[in-house]
This record gives sequence, C-alpha cells and structure tokens, in this order.
Amino acid sequence: MNIRHLLSASDLDRRDATAVLDTATEMAAMAGREVKKLPTLRGKTVVNLFYEDSTRTRISFEAAAKRLSADVINFSAKGSSVSKGESLKDTALTLQAMGADAVVIRHPASGAPHRLAHWIDGTVLNAGDGTHEHPTQALLDAYTMRSRHGRIEGLKVAIVGDVLHSRVARSNVHLLHTLGAHVTLVAPPTLIPVGVTGWPADVGYDLDAVLPGVDVVMMLRVQRERMTDSFFPSEREYARRYGLDADRVRALPSHAIVMHPGPMNRGMEIAPEVADSARSTIVEQVANGVSVRMAVLYLMLGGVK
Amino acid sequence: MAYREAVQPKIIITGADLTRIVDRIAHQILEKTDGARDTILLGVPTRGVPVAHRLAARIRAFEGVEVPVGTLDITLYRDDLRLRGARALGPTDLPPGGIDGRRVILVDDVLFSGRTIRAALDALADLGRPRIVQLAVLVDRGHRELPIRADYVGKNIPTAIDESVRVMLTETDGTDEVRITGKDSA
Repeated sequence: MNIRHLLSASDLDRRDATAVLDTATEMAAMAGREVKKLPTLRGKTVVNLFYEDSTRTRISFEAAAKRLSADVINFSAKGSSVSKGESLKDTALTLQAMGADAVVIRHPASGAPHRLAHWIDGTVLNAGDGTHEHPTQALLDAYTMRSRHGRIEGLKVAIVGDVLHSRVARSNVHLLHTLGAHVTLVAPPTLIPVGVTGWPADVGYDLDAVLPGVDVVMMLRVQRERMTDSFFPSEREYARRYGLDADRVRALPSHAIVMHPGPMNRGMEIAPEVADSARSTIVEQVANGVSVRMAVLYLMLGGVK
Repeated sequence: MAYREAVQPKIIITGADLTRIVDRIAHQILEKTDGARDTILLGVPTRGVPVAHRLAARIRAFEGVEVPVGTLDITLYRDDLRLRGARALGPTDLPPGGIDGRRVILVDDVLFSGRTIRAALDALADLGRPRIVQLAVLVDRGHRELPIRADYVGKNIPTAIDESVRVMLTETDGTDEVRITGKDSA
C-alpha cells in the first residue's frame, strides 16, 4: 500500500482494499492457533487516542496491535490532560515526542484525524471522526460480506437508517463502490444528508420496496446523542417504518444477510429476534474487525523504516 | 572473459536433472526417517510448496506411504520487512493433526543466507512443538549468514554473492530448470 494515513475509505483504491481483505483472510487463520501472536510489529508503538466512547473499535485495535507484538498505549480523553483543556495539537505533539509509530484516533469532530496527520510523523488511522468516516469499519463490513457471499462485485447492499449522522454509512458507500457493489440508502428524508446526490449510491424512502432485491441489509444505529432536532415524530413510528423486524426479514431473499455495526438499539432499528438470528452477522463482524485491523496495521506499518 | 560468462543466464540444472534430484531426496527421506513414519512435509511459499508436493508424490510412488503436506508462510516472521516493505501474505495450511510430536521436514527451493529458515523455525514454534525439524532444499548456494544447514540437499552450487539463482518449476513458472545469473543482467 502506498498510502501513509488511512483517513477515509476513499483513500483506498481497489487494489489496496483487496490487499487488505486478502491479508485479513490470512490473519483470521491465525485466530485459531494456540499462540495468537506474531512478531511482525515488534518495537512499534501504537497509540489509541479516543476522544469518544467506544468498546468495539478500541478493543479491536488494541487486540490487533497486540497480536502483532506492537506496544499499545491507550489514551482516552476522560482522565487525561484533555479534561484540563489541552488542545488536540498539544496532545499530538506529546505523542510525537513519545515516538508513536501509529495513532489510532476517534474524535467527535469530523476532520480531526486529517488535522492530526499534519502534526505528527507517524501513521494516522481514522477510527471514526464525527459524522465523517470510519474506514476500518467499512473494511470489516466488506470482509464480512465477502466471507458470507464469496464476492463483493455485483452485490446489492441496502444501508438503512440514520445515514445523516453515520460515518459508517459514508465509509461503506465509498468502499463498496470501489469494490463494485451497488448501494441503496434507505431512510426518512430528514435523515438523508443534503450532499447525498454526489454519492455513488441510490436513495430510497420505502424499506419494504427495497428489501426483496438485496443481498445485504445493513442497519444503522439511530444516533440519539447527535440528534439536536426532531428528525422523526416518535421512536415507535421510526421502528414501524424503518426498523428491521421478523416480518421484514421474511421479505428478504433467502441468502441475504443482516448486518449492524453496533452498538444496537434493540427494538428500534432492529428487533431482538432478528439481531440474534442466524442471518445476523453482528458478532461475526466484531471478530472480523480484529483480523481486518491486523491487516491494516501490518500493511501500513510493517514496511515502515 | 569471466565477467561476460557470469552475466549470461546459465542453466545449471535441467528438467531431467531436477526429476532425478527430487527422486533422490525422496529416497533419502525414506531412508533417514524409517520409511517416512510420523513425518510431514511443510513447503515454504512460493516454490517450496510444489517441491513438497513432488516429494510426497515420489515417496508415495516408491513405498506407498502417504506423507501429509502443508504450507508454512513466513512473511510475518521475516527480519527484513522493515527494509523491503510489507508484502502480500501466503497461506499457512497445516495437515490435520498439526505438527505436535511429529517429524517436520521444511522444504524450500534455495538455501542462501538461512534467514528464511530462521523465520520458518520461529513460525513453527508458534504453531506447536515438533519432535524434530529437518530441512530439504533443491539448491544450496552457500553464503550463510546464520548457523543453519540442510539435511537433504539436491545440489550444492558454489556461487558469487552477487549472482542470483532462480529455480523454475512447471507449477509456478511453466518450466523445470535452475538458472544462475550474474547481477548485471538482472
């Protein structure tokens, strides 16, 4: 891979993205071994810089870096000098002085990883910035689709729900387009971003019309913490029109899979019996996350002098 | 004069030679391992893998013994990743039953610095604990940088450090032969 930072899913061309998925396949084979550790990144330091709460992504990056023998420093805004008012730039310079080879950053402000990349010498990996992008999530989603369907080219993917606030949706649209899948975004008009006309995706408002023709349905979390306006009348109405329940799952083709990036609002965008069904890949996505992040860390740090 | 000779690619092992060499190594393995009992062959990608399969096929032909064959990718254990960049990974497939307590014969095409085999030994240690590890190579070209030697050698080829030895196999390169090339023509 010839890119230094992973800030957006559109940083990856088809060759790079395929290289990540192929490498992740080999990394996944490692998870079944007795010694789940490789010496590849010995002596490298990976900093997890998390300004927002996260379970899956932080743990996943940490496990991935540790399995490759990198040293991991976890930094969360709570309990650090950030709560005393330290700026992102000053924190970045501190990390730079400590000799971080890679910084994995999650930040509530869109574009924060991009700023960070100008301040430090190491590799910056975007682990979610505001409502902008979350490229490793898109990679693990693509990996999950490929492992279930055997291919990505030509797949029909519906991404359903709070597209407006979703960095997962943005990254997925870019990456799936790069890899040749066809994406349809489905949401209430209030939760579709204004700039969507420029995206390589179709837009629909009627979930029931879209479901019978898809190979993958990806449900997005309704991000209440980012909602300052009333985007829909009530949670019940949202669930009735855009929630994936057992009846809607019956309308899906028999081979279709159900995905969700987590954390879920059970009963809102996805019914509990659907989330726990055999079609759901939600737990698989978490396991695949470690393999995919190992692949990204290896390809981006493995060759750095 | 000597310089001109060195830069021309030169075939040092022909296809027929290669067949005989594989046959001989197969016999030697049978002889030294009590009929290949409790033995598995692990090929190191890329060209160690077809060589391992050929050895297993010859052993089967000679004595009717099935020797399990696997592959061992050592990329993530290399000590030159920093110098040469991250590269694509090959598959690692162990035969059913794994390597614990068995005789593992590593198979590669060329033995040179010994660093690949060092990496393979590290990789093996993470996969289990073989009873004994041996090494079979088609060509030993010298210039070792580590205290490593092969148990089964197809042919010793003294080389200059700046020459390159290229093993070509039908499975990977469409033809069977071994070439030696001076660095200037590469």
